[in-house]
Amino acid sequence: MKTPNPIDLAPASAPEDEMYYLNMGPQHPSMHGVLRLLLKLHGEEIITAEPVIGYAHRAHEKMAENRSYIMFLPNTSRVDYLSGMIYNLAYCEAMEKILDIEVPERAQYIRTIANELNRISSHLLWFGTFLLDLGGVTPFLYCFDDREEILEVLDRVTGSRLTYSYGRFGGVTMDVDDAFLDGARAVLKRIRERIPMYLSLVHDNVIFRERCDGVGVMTGDLLRKYGITGPPLRAAGVAYDVRRAEPYGIYDRFDFEIPTRTAGDCMARFEVRVDEMEQSCRIVEQAIEGLPEGPIMPGRMKKRFKPPKGEFYFAVESARGHFGMYIVSDGTDNPSRIKLRTPSFSNLSSMPEVLRGTFVADTIAIVGSIDVVLPEIDR
Amino acid sequence: MPKTLAEMLGSPMLAVATGLGGVMGLLSFNALFCIYLERKISAWIQRRMGPMEVGFHGMLQTVADMVKLLGKQLITPKGIDKPLYHLAPLVVFAPVVAGTSLMAFSGSFALHHIDLGLVLVFTFGGFAVLGIFMAGWGSNNKYALLGAMRSVAQNISYEIPLLLSALSVVMLTTSMGRTVTVGDETVAVQGLNLFHITMVQMDRNVWFIVLQPVAAILFFIAVLAETNRAPFDIPEAESELVAGFHTEYSGMRFALFFFGEYSNMLIGCMVATTLFFGGWSGPLLPGPVWFFLKSYALMAVMMWVRWTYPRLRFDQLMRFCWMVMIPLSIVNLLVTAFFLKVF
Repeated sequence: MKTPNPIDLAPASAPEDEMYYLNMGPQHPSMHGVLRLLLKLHGEEIITAEPVIGYAHRAHEKMAENRSYIMFLPNTSRVDYLSGMIYNLAYCEAMEKILDIEVPERAQYIRTIANELNRISSHLLWFGTFLLDLGGVTPFLYCFDDREEILEVLDRVTGSRLTYSYGRFGGVTMDVDDAFLDGARAVLKRIRERIPMYLSLVHDNVIFRERCDGVGVMTGDLLRKYGITGPPLRAAGVAYDVRRAEPYGIYDRFDFEIPTRTAGDCMARFEVRVDEMEQSCRIVEQAIEGLPEGPIMPGRMKKRFKPPKGEFYFAVESARGHFGMYIVSDGTDNPSRIKLRTPSFSNLSSMPEVLRGTFVADTIAIVGSIDVVLPEIDR
Repeated sequence: MPKTLAEMLGSPMLAVATGLGGVMGLLSFNALFCIYLERKISAWIQRRMGPMEVGFHGMLQTVADMVKLLGKQLITPKGIDKPLYHLAPLVVFAPVVAGTSLMAFSGSFALHHIDLGLVLVFTFGGFAVLGIFMAGWGSNNKYALLGAMRSVAQNISYEIPLLLSALSVVMLTTSMGRTVTVGDETVAVQGLNLFHITMVQMDRNVWFIVLQPVAAILFFIAVLAETNRAPFDIPEAESELVAGFHTEYSGMRFALFFFGEYSNMLIGCMVATTLFFGGWSGPLLPGPVWFFLKSYALMAVMMWVRWTYPRLRFDQLMRFCWMVMIPLSIVNLLVTAFFLKVF
């Protein structure tokens, strides 16, 4: 787990009185919101690192218990504000499974387009902030420029830029028009033009390579131990993607690859995410191509839903990994319990082990590379 | 030979007063202009507009910022080491004034004309790290302390290639002629005299960057590291150490650090101009204009680098210095010495 360290600054048995604590966060420029890392340091080397979470806790799970199934819908896009669409539609699909609602074809396709556009925008933001963490300010503004296009396209059909609440049990709120589809095509064209530029500017940069190669290696047992999913898992060579492993929606109809790397370091995670953007572009392209005419909702829907008694689990692939919803129903129109299994939480929980023995500068790079979103962790 | 201010004014005291005023004026203007330039350059690199509101194309933005900084409360944190904390901004700032006054702006005029000018400039330049360490140590803040630790290691290491690459130019200067003729005067060349370095380049009609390209690149990289500029800005790496050594400084105290940083950049670029780009030499325009044009062109390159590259890690930075920069500068020095001896 140790990064290559040419100058052995800290002997393994550094005396206790030479160590000190550094409280990184919750207000810190690169803690991605309100993460607090309690670091025990010897010089710049990290002896122990302990993530302290809960600063953005909004009790979403508790809120679910006090409202009806349909009233919980807006909450879901607020769990992870960077890929709200994916979470929102995941909840809809979970409820559709439970309630046995047939979703019209057109709505399925629209959902897929929206999901993948959201995934690209999330990855773009990660790209920018990761480079910001490494000290490169300029890529951040380029990525935001691209992301803005996606947000505008989604805004056109959903009416909001981040917390979409676009899904309804059975379909989506609004139908897409030609302008949306043209916008989506323009986004794809733009992203595909820009990714090679990003790669040549960033990926080929010698400083960037030095900072990422072999840093924060997460492989083997560690992944299993902490339930790490998403790009960090795929960067370690495991081609696990819920879209392929247990296809939901209509993902089984599209032709796309699961990008993987074997190194499991920051560079591998970087490359996996960039490749995923391209794969998402492919899915959107196919979905636009095959978008059928028809209704976007299965007729008139009820206002109250009473799912059968029981426990249900439904998982999707969010931009950060395996997102699961565990819904316990007691037969009334209020959920008895909704547990959200968020990928960032599991990914972050591996940090004490991964960060040990690295430098302060690596900490920033590693935490940045696993792409945590704090509201999703705290919920 | 350049006339010194004291000779022109006839009184040393008057010269000190005027010189100090002039240098302070230059440095103040430099800081205001450089912040504006930095913002504009970063904006152009990032496809933005930069400041546009205050004055024509935002030209008065930095003036407004300076007024804001002047009006800000000076927050003094608890548990500081008072003398160190309060002295640190001055220790960063004062040597900068002294260093600037030694510069060879023009062939006909000088604030000081000292044969050891280059040595003195580096001496004053070395003070900056002291001030940074005082700030970091005295602030009672762990981020500041980490920044200070990084700064000391970095600045001391990079001073070696800085001096070694400058030394190869000094060797060239002394070897390319025992005397230099400017106008009707013939003087013995002193290798460490900034004016003589420029004059030799003028006399032989060659910029030393042509003869010493490796030294020029090493010198420029070392100046980047010495002035804590990206990609070597680890003492104040904002994504890691919040603001590094000046985390606990606010208002004008912070402004003095900022001032010191930009002034150090200017000094670094002015010395580079003198050593490698022929100083004030150039056609048509008067000497000082050429001198500042070249210096600010180098500044623009520094800013370009800053907004293009990510930051190195601490141990990589040190490794780069000790494994690449220092061996390369020593080899360059030896090769220079060898060729000077043979030819």
